[in-house]
Amino acid sequence: MIHTRQLRRTFKSRRGPVEAVAGVDLDVLGGQTFGFLGPNGAGKTTTLRMLSTLMPPTSGQATVAGFDLRREPGRVRERIGYVSQEGSSYEDVTGRRELVIQGRLYGMGRAEAQRRAAELLESLELVDCADRKTKTYSGGQKRRLDVGIGLMHLPDLLFLDEPTTGLDPQSRARMWDEVRRLRESGTTVFLTTHYLEEADALCDRIAIIDHGKIVAEGTPDELKRQVAGDVVLVGTDGPTERAHDILKGQDFIRELTEEDGALRLYVDRGETAMPQIIRLLDGAGVTLATLSLHRPSLDDVFFRKTGRSLRETAA
Amino acid sequence: MKLLRDTWLMFHRYFVIFISNPAWVIIGVAQPVLYLLLFAPLLKSLVHIPGFPSGGAYNVFVPGLLIQLGLFGASGVGFALIAELRAGVIERFRVTPVSRLSLLLGRALRDILTLLIQSLILLGLAIPFGLKPTAAGVLVMLGLVALIGLGMSSLAYAAALALKDENSYAPLVFTLSLPLLLLSGVLLPLQLAPQWLQDIAKVNPLSYAVTAARDLFNGNGGSPDVWKGLAIMAALAIVGIAIGARRFSRAIA
Ligand SMILES: Nc1ncnc2c1ncn2[C@@H]1O[C@H](COP(=O)(O)OP(=O)(O)OP(=O)(O)O)[C@@H](O)[C@H]1O
Ligand SMILES: [Mg+2]
Repeated sequence: MIHTRQLRRTFKSRRGPVEAVAGVDLDVLGGQTFGFLGPNGAGKTTTLRMLSTLMPPTSGQATVAGFDLRREPGRVRERIGYVSQEGSSYEDVTGRRELVIQGRLYGMGRAEAQRRAAELLESLELVDCADRKTKTYSGGQKRRLDVGIGLMHLPDLLFLDEPTTGLDPQSRARMWDEVRRLRESGTTVFLTTHYLEEADALCDRIAIIDHGKIVAEGTPDELKRQVAGDVVLVGTDGPTERAHDILKGQDFIRELTEEDGALRLYVDRGETAMPQIIRLLDGAGVTLATLSLHRPSLDDVFFRKTGRSLRETAA
Repeated sequence: MKLLRDTWLMFHRYFVIFISNPAWVIIGVAQPVLYLLLFAPLLKSLVHIPGFPSGGAYNVFVPGLLIQLGLFGASGVGFALIAELRAGVIERFRVTPVSRLSLLLGRALRDILTLLIQSLILLGLAIPFGLKPTAAGVLVMLGLVALIGLGMSSLAYAAALALKDENSYAPLVFTLSLPLLLLSGVLLPLQLAPQWLQDIAKVNPLSYAVTAARDLFNGNGGSPDVWKGLAIMAALAIVGIAIGARRFSRAIA
């Protein structure tokens, strides 16, 4: 559905050129929900804007929905829907009108567009506010309308740029349901997110992008397996230095880092490592405050690949 | 044809937005009405000065006011576009297969409709003061206003798309429209101006529109100046559309 080779985009800025997207190779198959995960400024939106024909790549090739991005942007446009990060509805227009005009611009007749709009308003739970101007909408209603606008013409491929950023947990859950429904209906979804649990929960495959480059790509499980073993977090009363010194030389610990005043240990088997840790620290008189076992998360993958935590950078 | 259909769809969208908030037809027409009430009476004592065109104060002044309406009315349209740009609407339309030219024309046609309504209001209000229009004169005049609206609002949209924010768009519009206005002879006929001022005014396309408009209201409907004014405004409209359409089809980075 999407294939890119060495896709690049450079912006000119006062301090010289900025390489927002620095050679991205992607392969997204039809029917997949594909997640594009990365911190602020990683190049997610720039990539999406190129793939949705809004911005020409500086270099590289891409086919989207079966057509070459450069040679046949018109064909690409007919087949894709794009929901931008900023939203897409105008405050002085009703939600229903926004949907209808969108359908009409894709060539639908008036009756057909109205029927489809009613259907979407129903499924996105927007019936109550359908005929109000969008300036009266809540954040969640507005975001669902954006998605509806992108779906009006039943695209094969839908781009969703941060569909849940800024939504409350309830609205986020609804959005997740909507994405899952799309997947069931066979629509290919390409979404970007800052949220690891979102990518984990929704996506068949994930690419992690940082500084314009893909640093990891695979199914959520594959990515987690790349960070072999388990993670144990050790919190001590007071400074962590003593615990650090004691644990540093141990064979069963493959890697040790410090984060937020706690120690993060990468071990092969957490179940057997934990008693050893307790014994060692107890024996040396270091008081343990907390001890927890984690299966590797996408956050660990991100941390491993970039040396930074996504939660910090995305704050 | 796709272009016509898309233009109609866009026109319809902006027309609906417009009638859902018709207050600004009145706001737009308020300024020329104030000129009519508070400035035009001054001209009555000037009509006998040598060089003042014949036809009476209102038949000289009102045609110029209509041109001014076209200039100011159209130059303000960029603000709404910037609001839409910010809301992501323009980007959203650019992802659809809609004809890029229709994104411009649909809006510009709505602007023209607004201008024509405002012009008729202004003409209606001027008659009790002593304006004596002819039907043919009014019709050609409306055509002239429509051409100005098309050209100026296309240019205004191009500027709005290039600048993308009100804080740079507003100063640009105000700094450009005032000299355009002063050098067009709207307020006082340029025949009263010193030669150097008349020479500068010759490069202002709007001055030809004003001359044409005055002829239309003073029984010189067939004069070559009318044709010249119409032709220059048509050329302005074509240039404006070309520039505006290019902006709509280019990436908005
Ligand atoms: N029009 C532009 N001109 C100059 N630089 C730009 C432009 N658009 C984006 N950039 C830069 O390109 C980089 C990537 O931006 P992009 O918007 O793609 O990031 P993102 O991953 O979508 O981030 P976020 O999560 O904050 O939305 C950033 O450093 C940004 O400042
Ligand atoms: Mg972004």
